[in-house]
Amino acid sequence: MRRPPGRGITDLVERLLTVAEVYAPVERDQSVVFDRIESAREAAIDRGPAALSPKNLVFPRCEMLLSSSTRGDESGRAPDPGPGGPRVLFGVRPCDARAIALLDRILGGGEKTDSYYIRRRESLVVISIGCTESLETCFCETTGGGPRSTEGSDILLEDLGDRCEASIITEKGVWLAGQIGLEHDPAGARTPRGPAPPAGPAADLAELKKRLDRSFEDQCWRDIALKCIGCGVCTFLCPACHCFDVIDEETAGVRVRSRIWDSCQFPAFTEQASGYNPRPSAAERFRQRVMHKFSYCIERYGMPGCVGCGRCVSRCPVNLDIRTVTASFLGDGGEP
Amino acid sequence: MRNPFVPIPMTVERNRVETVDGGIRTLTLSFPADADRGAFDFVPGQFAELSILGVGEAPFGIASSPAEGGLLDFTISRVGRVTTALHHLEPGESVGLRGPLGNGYPMSELEGGDLLLAGGGFGFSTLRALARFVLKQSNRSRFGDITVVFGARSPGLLLYRDDLEEWGERRDVRLAVTVDRGDGSWTGLTGTVPDALRRLDIDAGRTTALVCGPPAMIRHTIPVLAGLGVAPERTHVSLEMKMKCGIGKCGRCSIGGRYVCTDGPVFRLADLENLPGEFR
Repeated sequence: MRRPPGRGITDLVERLLTVAEVYAPVERDQSVVFDRIESAREAAIDRGPAALSPKNLVFPRCEMLLSSSTRGDESGRAPDPGPGGPRVLFGVRPCDARAIALLDRILGGGEKTDSYYIRRRESLVVISIGCTESLETCFCETTGGGPRSTEGSDILLEDLGDRCEASIITEKGVWLAGQIGLEHDPAGARTPRGPAPPAGPAADLAELKKRLDRSFEDQCWRDIALKCIGCGVCTFLCPACHCFDVIDEETAGVRVRSRIWDSCQFPAFTEQASGYNPRPSAAERFRQRVMHKFSYCIERYGMPGCVGCGRCVSRCPVNLDIRTVTASFLGDGGEP
Repeated sequence: MRNPFVPIPMTVERNRVETVDGGIRTLTLSFPADADRGAFDFVPGQFAELSILGVGEAPFGIASSPAEGGLLDFTISRVGRVTTALHHLEPGESVGLRGPLGNGYPMSELEGGDLLLAGGGFGFSTLRALARFVLKQSNRSRFGDITVVFGARSPGLLLYRDDLEEWGERRDVRLAVTVDRGDGSWTGLTGTVPDALRRLDIDAGRTTALVCGPPAMIRHTIPVLAGLGVAPERTHVSLEMKMKCGIGKCGRCSIGGRYVCTDGPVFRLADLENLPGEFR
């Protein structure tokens, strides 16, 4: 499944390493995850998306917001951001890059911008590699993306083995390409040379949203969520899930406030201090996950909160498949 | 770029018990820094996150009126770690504050008409802020008839006794205080907030209703207001959802495509009717 990158890619990574910190897919404990690399040999290009998305690099699983060791100091201090040199996120699949584009709208946008996210994001240049194969669990096209989607990428590469072609998409991409002598190939990613992945049907997202909105009170959610055990793995592996909790701790006189990834699949997510919970069972919580992705995100951010990477499908311990769920709403008559 | 997670330092001026059981207290906070006080511009109905670093942070409605000289009241029910720590704060101690957050009551729409404020339990806190604002002598003439309905489970759980006493004596506000269950000495109304509302005689065509309270109260109050003839366009409901960041990022307080923290907490009933019914 995993193959060493072609010479074109290896050469490119070596050049990148001379100008920036490079984060790429690497093999750790038999899984492919994103981590910093020191040499091109370390990069492991998986056939599909890596086991864990690179979301952690812009929105860490656990991030300190404030700390103080002074009694009575309630403002605290944000951690020192460190040197802001360029970081390259290399070898991302277009689905994961598209998820970063969504995080940009949520965490990076709005009236109050998230300075922690912006700081990490500003220094990051995203280089993705178009897909020439797809896994059984891939469904990017049904979420409005595709194996050569450029959303969220600064540069999109086409891996041709001994060389690669580049589409330079953003200003950041132009800057980085200039640093390493990478040239824009006008034909680039638009003329894929590799075998095209099977074209999944592009779902009618507007119609899906309409049908979901009509089904909020529907009893079907009970049946859909019946086998869900509420483990939350779908949300923790999701490159687009962005909900977080804020927690405080005190250790040896140092008081710390952090944020950590959280999951709408847990009862405590919405349980109020009074004990009242507007989403008391798996049915309401699973509904929230699907509605948030395919209705609320579209309404609020103009794109779905799902990029079709398939991680939630392949890792769900009870084989609850979000593709089947959304398809059931798009079936005849719209009733699942 | 201002870091939206850094709290303003505040000083506790007063910490007083509201309810007989001591479970609800009101903290009065001041701004040690003039610049912070000057920048804190809010309307009734907005909220803030109060925090003690190392213990935690939680959202509370601002219970005082904007016209109170840079002092902010927060009424806090002791239910967990953060609220217990807040209850234990002594005058002079520090507390963190992020805010003002949320939209607040639609003040410009309220001028010139009659107002009906209906609150239950300690959800009454932001309505108390609104009442103190509209009943202030210099503001009173900008509003028509004002009716305040406040309900608590028992007489011992009534809040803001000084305000209730003052409003009860004033001729320019109609006050209805009701308790679910009275005790031996209770001579006032018994029943729920919706029960008290049913007995009211209001000019519905001139009235804007402002409602805040627990979900069950809201659920039962909405049909009663409709029965009185208050239009859904002129009914504003302040909602509660569990909340963390308060700035529309953490995803927790979503009701449909809206966030209670930034799009609310005050919603026009006519808009709420188009949202999923999770607030009820």
